[in-house]
Amino acid sequence: MTSVAVNEKEHSVPVVVYVLPDGERRKVEAVDGRSVMQTAIDALVPGIVGECGGEMSCATCHVFVDEDWAGRFAPVSEDEAAMLEATAAEPTEFSRLSCQLPCTLETDGVVIHIPDEQ
Amino acid sequence: MTEPVGRVVIVGAGQAGADAAAALRMAGHEGEIVLVGEEPSPPYARPPLSKAFLAGEVGEESLLIRSPSVYASNRITVRAGTAVARIDREAHEIVLASGERLGYDRLVLATGGEPRRLDTPETARASNVLTLRTLADATALREYMRPGARAVIIGAGYVGLEIAAAARARGLEVTVVEVAPRVLARVTSPVVSAFFERIHREEGVEIITGATVDGYEVADCGDVTGVRLADGRVLPGDFVLFGVGMVPRTELAEQAGLHVDNGIVVDDRMRTTDPDVFAIGDVSSHPDPRNGGLRRLESVPNASEQARIVASVITGSPRPYDATPWFWSDQYDLKLQTAGLAAAYDDLVVRDDPADGRRLTVLYLRGHVVIAADTVNRPADFAAARKLIAAGKPVDLDVLRDSGVPLRSLVATVAKGNR
Repeated sequence: MTSVAVNEKEHSVPVVVYVLPDGERRKVEAVDGRSVMQTAIDALVPGIVGECGGEMSCATCHVFVDEDWAGRFAPVSEDEAAMLEATAAEPTEFSRLSCQLPCTLETDGVVIHIPDEQ
Repeated sequence: MTEPVGRVVIVGAGQAGADAAAALRMAGHEGEIVLVGEEPSPPYARPPLSKAFLAGEVGEESLLIRSPSVYASNRITVRAGTAVARIDREAHEIVLASGERLGYDRLVLATGGEPRRLDTPETARASNVLTLRTLADATALREYMRPGARAVIIGAGYVGLEIAAAARARGLEVTVVEVAPRVLARVTSPVVSAFFERIHREEGVEIITGATVDGYEVADCGDVTGVRLADGRVLPGDFVLFGVGMVPRTELAEQAGLHVDNGIVVDDRMRTTDPDVFAIGDVSSHPDPRNGGLRRLESVPNASEQARIVASVITGSPRPYDATPWFWSDQYDLKLQTAGLAAAYDDLVVRDDPADGRRLTVLYLRGHVVIAADTVNRPADFAAARKLIAAGKPVDLDVLRDSGVPLRSLVATVAKGNR
């Protein structure tokens, strides 16, 4: 972001804050509607792999949604719940497949923690 | 201290090439990156081509691996629609089909492969005998995905069966012809083959195994109208699809005098016999870290992993290749996930009834060590099996055979110090 939004109209791009395993924070502007996974891949954020391209077949886009933001996304579907059992890092109640999380103005500023392995 | 690498040229803009470009930037490579691809589109994901894209569930847009703008903003030059004629190793240049020369400090070959065809003079001329590898292939195939159309698929590997499932979803009549006595014969055990054969039959696919194609029926326009088997049967079809594997594209490497043996031969750091030239992805014939010898893997996870390895090597913090291979295949509501390679196993454990239902876990053992697993709609078992395989330690077979005990509980017994 080059400037702080002064009104709603200007602030029209959802931002995602990725927290890498070493604590580094990367703030990324997303395209509205694009997934948290795809946004990370586009921004070359390491640690979100997404090998199956969002087909919910690989569980390599596993993330932990920050506690304060967990309620902003639609709940985990049955398919996603099944795949969350196949993650490399131990899942928690905040685990999601980031290919299933669309970035919207609703989620603007969301904090996403990246696990140390996929 | 070595001096930083200047320009890296990547030939092949599929999953391996695109991921290598990104991984180089992520690993801190400061020099130029040029990604040269023969296909007209920016890098896209191939797996959905035989699945969601073919079934009409997703469009072209959603296939792109990264937004096209990402390359420019990361100083990655993508030259799509650009064929490479040869490599001039002495001059450290590639020569494009146009005659233009492009210099490199390091060259990464990610040329993948092309589908094998079992052509006769008839099929070579016909416009309705297809293969599936590229977006153009899938777009052509999609034209035939009309309810009531008849598909004859030759070859019952992953691609053939995925297309069969997608075609059924679109209301086609589907026949699959396989020369081997069972489906998926090259990649899995008879138990898993039987499971998939049953599912496809239940879904209305006619599967003919142990069948040899003898010839083709041809219409006046030159298109094929049916496939004739050695036993005399004729299978009528509106189109024929060859799903009989791929041939690695090694011709550039061969012409350049690099070592080629069922793919471009590399070491565990993806280096070819020329230290400035690397090969990754479907085309690399790389050392098998567990069983020795060379192997080649056709999969996205392997392409991505080798892309990360080559980036680590080029940027001077090399990491050897030691990943457990894994694969997936979506057919109907089934998610097959395979970890490890089910080769040279001496025992197997089946944890579901393969004759019933839509879930299955099969583990392959050497001694008491799990070396591979196939799971269908059992993601938790897949996760546990990956850990058991990576640990490479003996497990209690009685526990393994007891479907009542979650596989996960075995992980703790072998994974000490492994995580």
